[in-house]
Amino acid sequence: MARFSAFSLMRHALTGHRDWPAQWPDAEPKAEYDVIVVGAGGHGLAAAYYLAKEHGVTNVCVLDKGWLGGGNTGRNTTIVRSNYLYDESAKLYDHAIDLWDGLSQDLNYNVMFSQRGVMMLAHTVHDVQSFQRHIHANRLNGVDNLWISKERAKEICPPLNISPDARYPVLGAAWQQRAGTARHDAVAWGYARAAAARGVDIVQNCPVTAIRRGPDGAVEGVETAKGFIKAKKVAVSAAGHTSVIMESAGVRLPLESFPLQALVSEPVKPVFPCVVMSNTVHAYISQSDKGELVIGSGTDQYTSYSQRGGLPLIEHTVAAICEMFPVFRRMRMLRKWGGIVDVTPDRSAILGKTPVPGLYVNCGWGTGGFKVTPGAGHTLAHTVARDEPHPLNAPFTLERFTTGRLIDEAAAAAVAH
Amino acid sequence: MLLIHCPYCAATLPELEFAYAGEAHIARPADPSTFSDEQWRDFLFIRTNARGLHFERWRHVHGCGRFFNAVRDTVSDKFLTTYKAGEPKPELEALLKAAGKDAAE
Ligand SMILES: Cc1cc2nc3c(=O)[nH]c(=O)nc-3n(C[C@H](O)[C@H](O)[C@H](O)COP(=O)(O)OP(=O)(O)OC[C@H]3O[C@@H](n4cnc5c(N)ncnc54)[C@H](O)[C@@H]3O)c2cc1C
Ligand SMILES: [Zn+2]
Repeated sequence: MARFSAFSLMRHALTGHRDWPAQWPDAEPKAEYDVIVVGAGGHGLAAAYYLAKEHGVTNVCVLDKGWLGGGNTGRNTTIVRSNYLYDESAKLYDHAIDLWDGLSQDLNYNVMFSQRGVMMLAHTVHDVQSFQRHIHANRLNGVDNLWISKERAKEICPPLNISPDARYPVLGAAWQQRAGTARHDAVAWGYARAAAARGVDIVQNCPVTAIRRGPDGAVEGVETAKGFIKAKKVAVSAAGHTSVIMESAGVRLPLESFPLQALVSEPVKPVFPCVVMSNTVHAYISQSDKGELVIGSGTDQYTSYSQRGGLPLIEHTVAAICEMFPVFRRMRMLRKWGGIVDVTPDRSAILGKTPVPGLYVNCGWGTGGFKVTPGAGHTLAHTVARDEPHPLNAPFTLERFTTGRLIDEAAAAAVAH
Repeated sequence: MLLIHCPYCAATLPELEFAYAGEAHIARPADPSTFSDEQWRDFLFIRTNARGLHFERWRHVHGCGRFFNAVRDTVSDKFLTTYKAGEPKPELEALLKAAGKDAAE
């Protein structure tokens, strides 16, 4: 793998950037691997990378039914934050931010992690109380989060309407300076390139149709469009499609898949310095480095795999954005799209072992798993390599739905991204 | 936007009048005190999450207010049928045949 550097950029400039080598080979599957990861999203690729880098497991294959990063990784609004309420979540998400911090250097790939700050607006007395509770809980966990006045919010983000006449006036906000955004595609590409450089095979356009189990119940490998591939360990990291794959191994999950949409405007000059989220009017927004406003909508009410989503949600979201930022009322939108997100009853992920020996699952990140990509990959790799969970993902078991030890972020955040 | 047929109002109306109410035909335990933890888990949390035909409940909240059941293809979002609460699960084979005929027309 050729390293990226200022020097290599200059050298390639001399030849008009026409002879950059491929960043990773498009592999064909071998007959057998030590570990197969199903799903080449950010999570699956990160898991493969950390398996190779930290556990010396390099005979690994990552399989995807489409192109790498074409799932929710390439469809999300890229918000990275860690101010979750419960201890278990705060620790795991904050671990991810620690990894984000040095990720571009670690991968030798610019993931454009930008700690521009995330502001969560409080519009009601209930919002104020619940955010302040979050802030106190975060402080006890050593997680950055600060209460700011509406005037301070306006200073940080000038387009914000803080007029008391607004339909839902801003009363203040929670501000996480450490939070921000990252370039979603670059995260997938950076992990893919770094994993491939350590010997991991990445096979695209190869759907896994079933997981095969032996007479003793343990995993034997996966059936795919390119034939059977043998492996004693299989990690499923397929976001919205996890239920379908796991069902083939006889594991039923507490998951429902919903379309979640986002949209972008035409690109404009820099106007929006941070990320602003509002759970109450239900919209969130940031500006990409290209200049587009990136706007996140909600999930449809019904389960679906259509990867489209309904227009009423877009209308609702855009109305909320115009209310909060009147300056954007005449902005034109360029395009909208949907991804299929896998939602658990307590809105927390399932990351760990399953009742099937050799089968691991990483799912249930729902509307908010981009931010945790390095953390999920890191702890999943640990779980697979050692056949036991990392302390950070140990609470995120499948068993919690039997024992009742839920991690109930659902009650804590109306919008769970 | 989905167009949904309410079997009580006998009318096909925009999705905005309806609220989705989860997977259908999940029976409450007849004798809850005998339920094991695993049975409670299955009842409360485990869902089919079908990719394809899905039995589901809807409620006509901004109409008659009643719950009814539906069969929808979760890949195309097309409804195959809706039917009143309490009626048995429709025969999928027959439904598919009817839908196939429709599609060919
Ligand atoms: C519109 C939208 C906005 C979002 N905004 C945010 C946000 O601001 N912040 C945030 O933190 N999160 C956000 N999320 C959530 C986030 O995108 C996901 O939680 C995260 O990207 C999941 O990563 P992943 O690698 O697990 O899944 P994915 O990237 O979806 O990867 C799963 C892969 O599995 C593959 N796959 C599926 N079935 C099979 C099969 N049978 N065989 C082989 N491969 C298969 C898919 O093709 C896919 O590439 C958003 C999601 C959406 C849709
Ligand atoms: Zn009705």
